Amino acid sequence: MGLNALSAKDSKISEDNNGSDLKSEIKSYILHHLEDSHDFNLMSYTDKKSGKKVYIGVPLPVILWDNGIKIFSSTKLNHGKTVVQSGSNYYKLYHGKVYQTDAKGTINFDEKNYPINYKPLDFSITKNVVSILFTAIIMLLLFKGLADSYRKNGMIAKGLGRFFEPLVLYVRDEIAIPNIGKKHYKRFMSYLLTLFFFIWFLNLLGLTPLGINVTGNIAITFALALITFIITNLSGKKTYWKHIFWMPGVPIPMKIILAPIELLGVIIKPFSLMIRLYANISAGHIVLMSLISLMFIFRNWLGSSLSFALAFSISIIEILVALLQAYIFTVLSALYFGFAVEEHDDHNHH
Amino acid sequence: MEKLISEFSFGLFFWQLLIFIFLVLLLKKFAWKPILDTVNERESSIKDAMSEADKARNEMAAIQESNQKVLKEARAEREALLKDARNTGAEIVAQAKTDAKIEANKIISQAQEAIQNEKRAAVNELKNQVAQVSLEIAEKVIDTELANKDKQAQLVDKLLKDSSL
Amino acid sequence: MEIPAIVGGGLVVIGVGIGIGSIGKGAMEAIGRQPDATGKIQTVMLIAAALVEGIGFAALFAL
Repeated sequence: MGLNALSAKDSKISEDNNGSDLKSEIKSYILHHLEDSHDFNLMSYTDKKSGKKVYIGVPLPVILWDNGIKIFSSTKLNHGKTVVQSGSNYYKLYHGKVYQTDAKGTINFDEKNYPINYKPLDFSITKNVVSILFTAIIMLLLFKGLADSYRKNGMIAKGLGRFFEPLVLYVRDEIAIPNIGKKHYKRFMSYLLTLFFFIWFLNLLGLTPLGINVTGNIAITFALALITFIITNLSGKKTYWKHIFWMPGVPIPMKIILAPIELLGVIIKPFSLMIRLYANISAGHIVLMSLISLMFIFRNWLGSSLSFALAFSISIIEILVALLQAYIFTVLSALYFGFAVEEHDDHNHH
Repeated sequence: MEKLISEFSFGLFFWQLLIFIFLVLLLKKFAWKPILDTVNERESSIKDAMSEADKARNEMAAIQESNQKVLKEARAEREALLKDARNTGAEIVAQAKTDAKIEANKIISQAQEAIQNEKRAAVNELKNQVAQVSLEIAEKVIDTELANKDKQAQLVDKLLKDSSL
Repeated sequence: MEIPAIVGGGLVVIGVGIGIGSIGKGAMEAIGRQPDATGKIQTVMLIAAALVEGIGFAALFAL
């Protein structure tokens, strides 16, 4: 993947030149931005006098599982510059990951330039975890408020709910019912609604100046796709399994060929869900940040204003993409649930 | 693929799974269930109201239809009555006309008969008077003839003059 | 000369782009012909596009 090559090359350059080159600094900045981080960084700059990088932000707790829980503040990691001693072990941050090191903080590499140090399980409350929590709380308040406003105003939404009620109804009437069917859709409504608004809000959060790339993180999309996968297969009925292992209506040799393909499809479906969201949001962030950085590379009024106009129009497209990706993830999840709960009677035209 | 795996952070995955599942459960209890219940209730009440309105409209239509029917019947009845009346009137007039004609004919024939009778009576009387006059004339003629020839003639003239018919 | 894997990735993206483009075209034409069936066409379009996209992802991430 392009990003792969970019990151490998970039990490070497940024280490060699230590960010003196503007282009490579921008590249490393973008890549760094796409990743999760252990502290909530608002901005950073290089102090001209001392030549040191200064970070402005909120430190977050680092929680490690390394034969017992180790908790310390992210300021101690100091963006990978210092070694932290916790208990009898030493830890160091390297490219966004915490490694166990010796007292001096040496990191050993294999021939492909990957670190081979022991990596403790990292349960840190990172920037993304904070964003998820924030979104979760916002959603709880918002939709609890909507539910309460019904009770207070006699079945009519008030305030912000007026905007969100049609969306809730849209998820029910246009996503759940047509794809799952009137009989079974109620069971999946809670998940689909939460999924839709969760992805949408996190996508939008990524477009704020904070620019936290949550849904463009593979761990997040993997978790969401995994839940869809589990729900799909747990609610799978006879027809669903029959279509996978013994496709009705085709000759027996075809059945034998189709079974592994269908079985692979069971995995590929949530996999493509995961990758689609991840790739779309990451790509959006990369393009947007690249265009913004172009302003600093051009440094003339024509190029910079051009790149500003481009960045502005891409931002607007990204707002659309934020909604579209939430919609597609929800629609496809609903569709897979629909396949799973399909009754035999609905499908006798095969 | 390598990059994806190297980028994957188990901690973030763990927190995401935990928070998301809790979020689904909490929202289900506090938001989605009440919201969807209320919306369903509202929709069913709207549907009820609609069907009620439909029913009322149907009833209204039925009433109107029956009204129309009654009106139509009334109109037809009136029409029939009018037609009857007209017929009867015409009949009466025709009857009257024929009656009148018959009466007139009768009167005319009676008058004619009376005229005939009168005529006959008058003729008879004339006949009688003529006979009487003739007798008187004959008597007088016979009286005077015996006296004078001239006088006879004069007498006859005079008598004839007198007995102008 | 060895061809870099990223060239294959580019080819896959071209193919997927053409595929999804023609799916979108077909869906739009179908909606134009039968505006009543918009919802159904959209769903089918999304499924087809998702399948094509899945192949693209599979190829790209195999790089």
